Amino acid sequence: MPDYNWPDAEHRTLIGKRISRVDAPFKVSGRAKYTYDYRGANMLFGKILRAPYAKAKIVSIDISAAEKMPGVKAVEIIQKAGTTAQWAGDEIVAVAAVDESTAEDAVRLIKVSYQPMSYLVSDAEPPAGAGEAAGPMSEDDIDDAISNQTPDAQLVKYLQDHGVTFKVDEDFLNDMKGEGASDAVLAAIQKAEYHAGKGGGHSAYQKTAAQTSGDPDKAFAEAAVVSEGLYGSPVIVHCCLEPHGSVSEWSDKDHLFTHISTQNVSGIPAQMAEPLGISAANIRIHQDNMGGGFGSKFAADRWDIAAARLSKKAGGRPVRMMLERDAELKVAGARPSAYARVKVAATKDGTIIGWQSQSWGTGGPGGGGMPPIPYVFSIPNQHKEHTAIRNNIGPARAWRAPNHPQAAVITMGAVDDLAAKLNMDPLDLWLKNLDITGPRRDVYREELAIAADLMGWKEKWRPRGQNVSGTVARGLGLSIHTWGGRGHASDCDLTIHPDGSVDIKMGTQDIGTGTRTTIVIVAAETLGIPIEAINLYIGDTLYPPSGGSGGSTTPGGVSSSTRRAAVDAREALFAKVAPALNAQPGDLECVNSTVRVKSDPSRSLNWKQACSKIGAMPVTARGHNDQVASKNQPDLTNSGVGGVGMADVEVDIETGIVKVKKMVTVQDCGLIIDLKTAESSCYGALVMGISYALFEEKVMDQATGRMLNPNMEFYRLAGLNDIPELVVHMMTGKGYDERGVIGLGEPPVISPGAAIANAVANAIGARVSFLPITPDKVLAALSQKELAQKAGA
Amino acid sequence: MRDDPTNHDPHAHETKEKVDDSSGVSRRDFLKISTISAAAVPILGTKVVHAAGVPVKVYGPGKVPVELTINGQKHTLQIEPRVTLLDALRDQLEITGAKRVCDRGECGACTVTLDNKPVYACSVLAIEAQGKAISTVEALMQGENLDPIQQAFVDNDASQCGFCTSGFVVAFKAALDKNPNASPEEIRRGLSGNVCRCGTYHGIHLAIAQMAQKGA
Repeated sequence: MPDYNWPDAEHRTLIGKRISRVDAPFKVSGRAKYTYDYRGANMLFGKILRAPYAKAKIVSIDISAAEKMPGVKAVEIIQKAGTTAQWAGDEIVAVAAVDESTAEDAVRLIKVSYQPMSYLVSDAEPPAGAGEAAGPMSEDDIDDAISNQTPDAQLVKYLQDHGVTFKVDEDFLNDMKGEGASDAVLAAIQKAEYHAGKGGGHSAYQKTAAQTSGDPDKAFAEAAVVSEGLYGSPVIVHCCLEPHGSVSEWSDKDHLFTHISTQNVSGIPAQMAEPLGISAANIRIHQDNMGGGFGSKFAADRWDIAAARLSKKAGGRPVRMMLERDAELKVAGARPSAYARVKVAATKDGTIIGWQSQSWGTGGPGGGGMPPIPYVFSIPNQHKEHTAIRNNIGPARAWRAPNHPQAAVITMGAVDDLAAKLNMDPLDLWLKNLDITGPRRDVYREELAIAADLMGWKEKWRPRGQNVSGTVARGLGLSIHTWGGRGHASDCDLTIHPDGSVDIKMGTQDIGTGTRTTIVIVAAETLGIPIEAINLYIGDTLYPPSGGSGGSTTPGGVSSSTRRAAVDAREALFAKVAPALNAQPGDLECVNSTVRVKSDPSRSLNWKQACSKIGAMPVTARGHNDQVASKNQPDLTNSGVGGVGMADVEVDIETGIVKVKKMVTVQDCGLIIDLKTAESSCYGALVMGISYALFEEKVMDQATGRMLNPNMEFYRLAGLNDIPELVVHMMTGKGYDERGVIGLGEPPVISPGAAIANAVANAIGARVSFLPITPDKVLAALSQKELAQKAGA
Repeated sequence: MRDDPTNHDPHAHETKEKVDDSSGVSRRDFLKISTISAAAVPILGTKVVHAAGVPVKVYGPGKVPVELTINGQKHTLQIEPRVTLLDALRDQLEITGAKRVCDRGECGACTVTLDNKPVYACSVLAIEAQGKAISTVEALMQGENLDPIQQAFVDNDASQCGFCTSGFVVAFKAALDKNPNASPEEIRRGLSGNVCRCGTYHGIHLAIAQMAQKGA
């Protein structure tokens, strides 16, 4: 069997070096084309009428005036009369017209009458005793869950755990199929156990977890120190700069061609096939570049299906349906909130022995689950309860490292408060408790030492509230994090042509992470040719399928499939070239654009000459990476990383303004393919971290049920001048490289929020419980502290 | 904190009250005459009315001929007067380097220059841009060669998804056109009206340092 293993350090000429992003020249010059930039011939423009209420029954819809309007080519009702719109901005009717302003005017002509219903958009702490135990689902519960876009896995698990209150029949299953239920959900409904009764889950507050391990009561009774606190992160949105959306056109009544802004090129046809009533094989998806997804762009959304239907009604003309900015922020993705009241118990020397938490949060109408708390630290004695709030703020979507940043804010905040109570330097407390961090504990130890050094922690750190000069308080904070990052399933076709040109085809996507660069580096390294010599084609379902870009799975997936394809193609080339060099195929190597005999490099052919031996037909090899590690021989990817984040902040105690002065991240991710874009992922994560720590919140108005800041003025993102010195250190070399390739998108974004929150607490001597740490919250925390001091004096 | 966005030229363009010679109408004047234009008879092309003693062109409603000079090339369009410069560029002419993101002057992704001054193309009507030299990111390359600013973005990996990048590059170019020896601080101020979601600011800081060095 050919040797697929990654070359060792001495034999790497490209892998692990700092190589510029290969598509950067196109992006800096406006030549990179995005879905929003695509303009089909005779393209129509789509617009959507959205529900103005947070929850309302749709009583009637009159589209006749819109249909008659000149320039309008198609109108499509998305949610028919009788259904319930579940959040402000929910899609009701879609229109396609010859230009955008005509489509906007047509939307204004649609008459919808609603029967507004009571709603909840708050995610404040549930009233005591409000949490309702989970019970079996009624027909309405299931209907709601499907129209709420509750994630499949969540709904399936709920049905398995709790069953249904009614006898499931064929009619009901067909109804749910019509509502868009997936096969997995339909199967779960069919298999669900029957329980008589009224059903559960009618309350907005659902107890989703109550877990006890060890003996928490005993641990807290015996503890020398118990620290209590309140911590949390609000709902934030993805705010992708390129909004969600697509352009769909029909080449005939059975064949659809869709340009879509997606993290999931190969996965989209299967999602569009059922609602459109055609086979997935008849759907072609294409995307050259994608303007930001961060976890929110895996689905063919309602508006995408609507665009395809509008196009069909309009005789197949392309219909562009890109969300407006306000819709993008209201409906196209939100990270669930998570808040918790926490108690942590420790012995006198700082060994953590107990954890208690009452947590809550919302993922919109679907509710959501408990974040993984306590995070990283497997505290021996625990009791935790979680209440999910089901409200009408719109559906949640995965946001870079789903649930981990929230878990870090809660856990690392609680552990940091414990350190303050013990009068310990948090760095010492973290080091003391690394034994309960699992298999990465030695990595954390090494990383903490490096991060502390890069931050100047030992020189700069002062106990809480003791580094104030005039009106400026300075503080340091830290956090640690973990992630999986194993490569996803990926197929790669690599072709060597008789003229020496090489092409690669793969149905993956580059979402701004440097996927193109990763692929060509691996292929060029393997074939011993420059990266410029490789033509790379991605972003199309015409190419072999590759997984969605989420969960840091892409680098491991695409690098492994490319490596296998390149090795196999190289072996095929060797077989053709060997006779000309009077050698056995196994004696050859590809180095510096030559094919030569390992033991006698003077016997060589240049790349072009070598490829001319292939014959008339090109050589194509298919490389496959399996999601299941054991099916890869050898396995070229791996899972499980640890990382550290540290923050140095300055707080103006008169104005409450927090300024981040320095951030450090130290991260491992196995074998790094391109150090430059890997570091960029970390720099970007630190920026996103500063942004969600200090500025971001989806603000909902209980009076109107709407989002108050669906724009980029009041949904504030960090700007250039919010960004201080950023220091990134990647763990490489022995102990890391030989693990194989591991993804990096998620991990570095996890710790910054917690590290900044802890640094602020260190600076001002008081905990600001909830992100974002805005000036009003800082001032409130300071005045609370003052009151407590007065009361204590 | 970010600089006050009014420090950024595009925003300044939006809020300035003084009469602009070429269009002959300020925002305050526009408010005064809005009732007149609303009452105007629909005609193709433009009509001149007198408002507050000043002759003012009235466009539309309905499509009107609009002539734009973009990257040195003249284009004639038939568009409604409500069409923004951004939409005219993107949807009519398929010049798509300037991106539509916030569509209301908050993010800078659509930055182009009008007579070398950076503006948010989403907040300028196409009819307002007539008679001015419109320049987009597409004009920066010299043949196959990147502009040194673009090369600095490549060298320092100052783009990830790339959707904000055109806007940053154009605003950067405008800052250097205004002052070829701009300090890093001045360039940063020139870019303070642009927003990136992927967090490429570290690379942009490095690109600024690289270019400021060249200017010095």
